[in-house]
Amino acid sequence: MVIAIVLIILIVGSVLFHFLSPWYFTPIASNWGTIDDTISLTFWVTGVVFVAVNLFMAYCVIRFRYRKEKRADYEPENKKLEAWLVGLTTVGVIAMLAPGLAVWAKFVTVPENATVIEAVGQQWYWSYRFPGKDGKLGTVDSRHVSDKNPFGMNPDDPNGQDDILITSPELHLPIDKPVKVLLRSKDVLHNFSVAQIRVKMDLVPGLVTYVWFIPTRTGNFDLLCEELCGIAHYTMRGKLIVEEERAFQTWLSSYPTFAQTSAQAAGDAAAGKPLYAVCAACHGVQAEGNAALHAPKLSGQGDWYLKRQLKYYKQGVRGAHDKDVFGKMMAPMAATLGDDSAINNVSAYIRTLPDNPAPATVKGNANNGQTRYATCAVCHGANGRGIQAMNAPGLKGMSDWYLVTQLKNFKQGIRGAHPQDMYGGQMALMAAILTDDRAVDDLVAYISTLK
Amino acid sequence: MDYVAHDASDFARPAEVEEMELYHPKTFIGKYIWSQDAKVIAVQYAITAIGIGLVALVLSWLMRLQLAFPNSFSFIDPSNYLQFVTMHGMIMVIYLLTALFLGGFGNYLIPLMVGARDMVFPYVNMVSYWVYLTAVLLLVASFFVPGGPTGAGWTLYPPQAILQGTPGATWGIILMLVSLAFFIIGFTMGGLNYVVTVLQARTRGMTMMRLPLTVWGIFTATVLALLAFPALFVSAIMMMLDVTLGTSFFMPAIVSMGQQLDYTGGSPVLFQHLFWFFGHPEVYIVALPAFGIVSDLISVHARKNIFGYRMMVWAIVAIGGLSFIVWAHHMYVSGMNPYFGFFFATTTLIIAVPTALKVYNWVLTLWRGNIHLTVPMLFAIGFIFTFINGGLTGLFLGNVTVDVPLSDTMFVVAHFHMVMAIAPILVVFGAIYHWYPKITGRMLNDTLGKFHFWVTFVGSYAIYYPMHYLGFAGVPRRYYAIGGTNFIPESAQALNASITIAALIVGVVQVVFLYNLVWSYFKGKPSGSNPWSATTLEWQTADTPPKHGNFGETLPVVYRWAYDYSVPGAKEDFIPQNVPPRDVVLSSNKT
Repeated sequence: MVIAIVLIILIVGSVLFHFLSPWYFTPIASNWGTIDDTISLTFWVTGVVFVAVNLFMAYCVIRFRYRKEKRADYEPENKKLEAWLVGLTTVGVIAMLAPGLAVWAKFVTVPENATVIEAVGQQWYWSYRFPGKDGKLGTVDSRHVSDKNPFGMNPDDPNGQDDILITSPELHLPIDKPVKVLLRSKDVLHNFSVAQIRVKMDLVPGLVTYVWFIPTRTGNFDLLCEELCGIAHYTMRGKLIVEEERAFQTWLSSYPTFAQTSAQAAGDAAAGKPLYAVCAACHGVQAEGNAALHAPKLSGQGDWYLKRQLKYYKQGVRGAHDKDVFGKMMAPMAATLGDDSAINNVSAYIRTLPDNPAPATVKGNANNGQTRYATCAVCHGANGRGIQAMNAPGLKGMSDWYLVTQLKNFKQGIRGAHPQDMYGGQMALMAAILTDDRAVDDLVAYISTLK
Repeated sequence: MDYVAHDASDFARPAEVEEMELYHPKTFIGKYIWSQDAKVIAVQYAITAIGIGLVALVLSWLMRLQLAFPNSFSFIDPSNYLQFVTMHGMIMVIYLLTALFLGGFGNYLIPLMVGARDMVFPYVNMVSYWVYLTAVLLLVASFFVPGGPTGAGWTLYPPQAILQGTPGATWGIILMLVSLAFFIIGFTMGGLNYVVTVLQARTRGMTMMRLPLTVWGIFTATVLALLAFPALFVSAIMMMLDVTLGTSFFMPAIVSMGQQLDYTGGSPVLFQHLFWFFGHPEVYIVALPAFGIVSDLISVHARKNIFGYRMMVWAIVAIGGLSFIVWAHHMYVSGMNPYFGFFFATTTLIIAVPTALKVYNWVLTLWRGNIHLTVPMLFAIGFIFTFINGGLTGLFLGNVTVDVPLSDTMFVVAHFHMVMAIAPILVVFGAIYHWYPKITGRMLNDTLGKFHFWVTFVGSYAIYYPMHYLGFAGVPRRYYAIGGTNFIPESAQALNASITIAALIVGVVQVVFLYNLVWSYFKGKPSGSNPWSATTLEWQTADTPPKHGNFGETLPVVYRWAYDYSVPGAKEDFIPQNVPPRDVVLSSNKT
């Protein structure tokens, strides 16, 4: 008896929960409203069955509960009833399946006027490629992939020379234009998923898969990887920004073509030397760092990383947060570097300076830190030298007090929270696993022991 | 004859072969350790499976703690989290549910229910358990090797399963694959036994269409497993070769962490096809025994024949057959040729028809029954409710278009836990409360049983029903922490916390169940041989618990189907299968 009442409460509760729950699909921003329609349809069909069958069961339990003087019916089967039930169920199934397949037919048929672009996944970043003026994407091969050619472009393919390479997890698309996104992975399975667009598809190394859609609403949408891709899976995030055609074109033209990236001159260390004089005041002549002035060691750091950080300081992506006291001191300094070539040159000069390990100043339990470092090692390398392909800077031999400050900044949202800090957001998610200050000290103490 | 009963006759064919004397062990070790008695092997399987299942339960708490209170526990880092997720899933699906339903219930119930003295190959049956135990120990060992167990997700998808960047990519994955290979070898030994015993060792009069549905469920599931596990076996071997010898079955050209790897030309999607060719039937390997068992629980405790027995049998067989042509519905967004979606969505939704029929027939069995709300019956009702919910959400995920936005979200997690975790586990509990008296000769405590039922049933609904809505909101599965997004409301975190609290409560209450198992073994009320007044042969044994050889001097002879409850004209409301029509006591007030 109680069970019947509980069943009825659960049935009513489930229906109420459905209608009152604040947790439901986020508003759609693409042409795939038909997907939402099939979901609503499925809800109605299954909801009616859920309520009807369970209520019937509850009724049976009440009506036919044990009575001593009573006896159950003896009815081995009832073919007519069973045939009716099979028939009705079949009708319900067809009612859901037929519209579903009709929508799927659209899903697999890409409109001819769709712009073809490419999204590239790797552990744990997104990047994108647009065809240039010729409208064709050049061929690629994972054997061509290197730090200089992260997209694996075929250098001999004329179609690829004008491809626009977006080395950023942020993708812009123009509103109301159909787009076919080719999906390519360099390493493991990933998944291209934007909740507001409704579509998703895996990226499979060795294959090129695709999705297509028409963005119908401007806005800023999260792109998530939804296929388990390793330890930092949950930090593999991108952005999809849907905007008007003009804004989109401006954004697109700010990125270089493949030909431009391959022609890019390496920084000139000799030209960078005089520029470094300003930096030397705090960071030291040998870029060895100066804890008293809160200036970290720079020598031995990857120039690709220095360049990115200098640009971030210049653009106000770093050193803009109120609580980032020393970052705010750095920002005006970075502003003295006139243009990208100045940044390249000074980074090239720093690269020529001798890499002597900074003295260890942080006290912590290196043994505990070693366990924690296993997570960090995946991107920064077991030896802590950093891996450019993972966008992970070197840690070994760098100023340990600086690592502590930065880890805390990441944790507290002082660093990595800026929407344009494309890789810092990921580090912020990662730094959160350090539950307290001691964990930070232990970790950094271990990093200081790396040889 | 002035009563009508379905499928009863006074005739039983003569025995075709003479009985052979069983070898009866004399020593303790022979009886309880290296035992060839299917009943003892069943208990060995069950204890091992439940033991390792408790490990998986604790792992689920750890992952739930992280989801509810992210970054509060220093012992849960992203690697651990993925390892918890992986091992929880793998243990629960394979090492607990498959082993418990087939190795546990299959071993105990098949010989008794078909009227056999034991499995047909007792020695192989014994070896099966010890190989299974080895598989479990290998699995446990992976917690203690450098790098820990694999964290590749229970689906073990390459390339990431064997690459750096995934926890346990050095030792853990190897032990996992070896353990799976052992499990499959052990299972094959047991499985052949179950199939041959059902086909060849039924007692006189026990036709296939007089088998209790429990046996049909376990039998069909075993056939599925024998056909499906080889796909997992070969994929485990192939992946092992990819790891150890550098072959490229599943590995294309890859640049991992900035390094060019030597692999070339393999296909990750091939692995997924092999995995799910096993993995989908696996769902039914767990579900079909549950379907069968619950049919019998409902029938016995509602004192009414199972409604539409023949349709129930054909539904089991049809579901089993169809389960081999639906596998790619797990792969709609995997990057396989999208045109497959049409085929697999259609086959998947077709399977809903026989499944729905089973649900109708369970409920129609209650209709005009005389329902005893015993603990097994409560669990059976809980199962039907949970299974209806989980089955219906399957219609979302099976319909390719609807699957797209829901795939890889918490909706999937909620769905499969409802349908293949909670639903079958409720049946497992129901079955244990039902058959424990036969196994031990004592009843389980009723009050503790009811308490256990209420918390488990309502609590697990509180865990998984709201979880679907996290999926609708777009919360992905296998995320260590969701962090900030601009589409998932903050309140999702509160929902996550409430789910975790429910999960902790449900988990802890299982201690009551374990306590009941132990307490009742010594102090429980003596049950007698047939406490539920059931018709099937296991309740008609000479001794309770049945001795080695099951039936004493003579094997029972079967004269009727398994569901003669409340037959009009008969005095008692049940007629055991081995009672010939001429011996049925008629009701005295009959005119």
